[in-house]
Amino acid sequence: MALELVKENWTNKINTVTIGATAAEGGTRTSVVTVGGETTMPFLHFEGEMPYRPVIAMEVLDMEPDDWAETLTGALGDVLSDPAAWAKKCVEEYGADIICLTLLSAHPDWGDTSAEHAVETVKAVLEAVGVPLIIWGPDNPEKMNEVIPKCSQAAAGENCLIGSAMQDNYKAVAAACIADKHKLITEAPLDINIAKQVNILVSDMGFDLNNVVMYPTNGGLGYGLEYSYSIMERERLAAFGGDKMLAMPIANMIGREAWRAKEAKALESEQPQWGPESERGPMWEAITAVGSLQSGADILIMRHPAAVASVRETINRLMQK
Amino acid sequence: MFIISERINGMFRAVRNAIVDKDAEAIQRIAKEQIAAGADALDVNVGPASRDTAGTMQWLVETIQKVTDKPLCLDTPIPKTMEAALKVCDNPKIINSTNGEIEKLDALLPLAAEYNADIIGLAMDSKGIPRDAAGRVEIALQILASAMEHGIEPDRLYIDPVALPVNAVQAQSPNTLEALSQIRLLSDPPPKTVVGLSNISQGGSMRSLLNRTYVVMCIAHGLDAAIVDPGDRELVDASITADLLMNKAIYADDFLKAYRASKGIE
Repeated sequence: MALELVKENWTNKINTVTIGATAAEGGTRTSVVTVGGETTMPFLHFEGEMPYRPVIAMEVLDMEPDDWAETLTGALGDVLSDPAAWAKKCVEEYGADIICLTLLSAHPDWGDTSAEHAVETVKAVLEAVGVPLIIWGPDNPEKMNEVIPKCSQAAAGENCLIGSAMQDNYKAVAAACIADKHKLITEAPLDINIAKQVNILVSDMGFDLNNVVMYPTNGGLGYGLEYSYSIMERERLAAFGGDKMLAMPIANMIGREAWRAKEAKALESEQPQWGPESERGPMWEAITAVGSLQSGADILIMRHPAAVASVRETINRLMQK
Repeated sequence: MFIISERINGMFRAVRNAIVDKDAEAIQRIAKEQIAAGADALDVNVGPASRDTAGTMQWLVETIQKVTDKPLCLDTPIPKTMEAALKVCDNPKIINSTNGEIEKLDALLPLAAEYNADIIGLAMDSKGIPRDAAGRVEIALQILASAMEHGIEPDRLYIDPVALPVNAVQAQSPNTLEALSQIRLLSDPPPKTVVGLSNISQGGSMRSLLNRTYVVMCIAHGLDAAIVDPGDRELVDASITADLLMNKAIYADDFLKAYRASKGIE
């Protein structure tokens, strides 16, 4: 007797978001990226559609990191003090679909650099690569509101994805995205109710929810992955059930979170039973990514080239029907 | 909660006048108002004073489906009128209604199958309305069994456990609730449930308070759908809140706004 698969038949789907604009569209990108549009839970091709594959953004900091693991800095090489060169290498050598520029130096604790400085960095990175850009402001409300509107304006026409709007600080960032026609990342601290509320708040001020990507403040492997996994899964199920306030594509900070773990960073000499750090670190990042994919991550923001390559290959296989 | 608007009914003067005058725009305006207030489906009833029920039903259905894709709940006791309405209805259809009587089941279930319509089944029969929950559940089971015999899956069936006016048969109010709970245990997946909510306050006072309190109690007992006046905003608010408390929707601080925004209404 043949086994009949039990299939869900959702009548709602995830929104589709396109990032980047070519010359014909008013920008200078040589490629654009579209995510979302799923009609069922991740990779269940027998049951629904995944019209767009998950994509990999590589994270570029606007300052040389001084606390990154040697495994990571060694792999990336001598570009880390030059965001434009770093971005270029990520695209040309590692095949990044998107560059995520994190404006870390603007944070008061990390350099307190100016909005003008951020604008110069944004322009340099836009010049250096043709892929779409994520611009992520510093995690400080005053600096976020000072820096992002200027960067948004400088990048007007490029249809960037801009982060981030939070429950207690969303107006300036959302307004900038409306004015300069960028896509918006809404951020919530591992809280599905706040995630929904932030989307309501930006919608209330006139931001089109079709232009939103959600960021749930995901955790890395061993340090909260399963918690963000369950939140993302609930968000997807609610979306398929008809909740339009949660029907957005999702971005995850994979590299940043995975590389926090001592398991990713510790040298073999420190922890002999853990094996070589050169494999362990990228593996920790890759597994964080693959776990996130299974709960609905559409944009993976990653750091290590070997993890990127491995996850890309995994996505290829998962997208086979 | 799946909201079925009760307002397109010839017993209401505005609708009766529109029918008499063949005023399509008036009907379409009322339909759009119901949807703007949150209706997921529209009950369509020619009213008690109609002469040509089949022709009038067809006119109402054709008029309304020009302005909306929402399901239409075709409300008539006359099988020929029901068939006439089903024939011209392009939208998803709900047959309102059959009950436990064999003749009605045999007349209407084949129509539900043929026209791919959902169907409401009242938990009563030729003997009248059961006096307790068990009586209602017994009839519900009969309706369910008949439906499945006709190839209609449980999730296309809405059992109505018959709400009765609290000012007349007050003791029945908890029986209806009890029946709702038990109907959910009849099969897996279970049939859906619906009530004609306004019945509970028929002829009574403080109708809005009665209606919105009862809808919350029904939702707590597993109610899926209700035939109501969506223009009663407090009633809709109460049903949204009750669904939240039954973990049927994700909470957000602005949960009322979230619900309406998700439906594209104010």
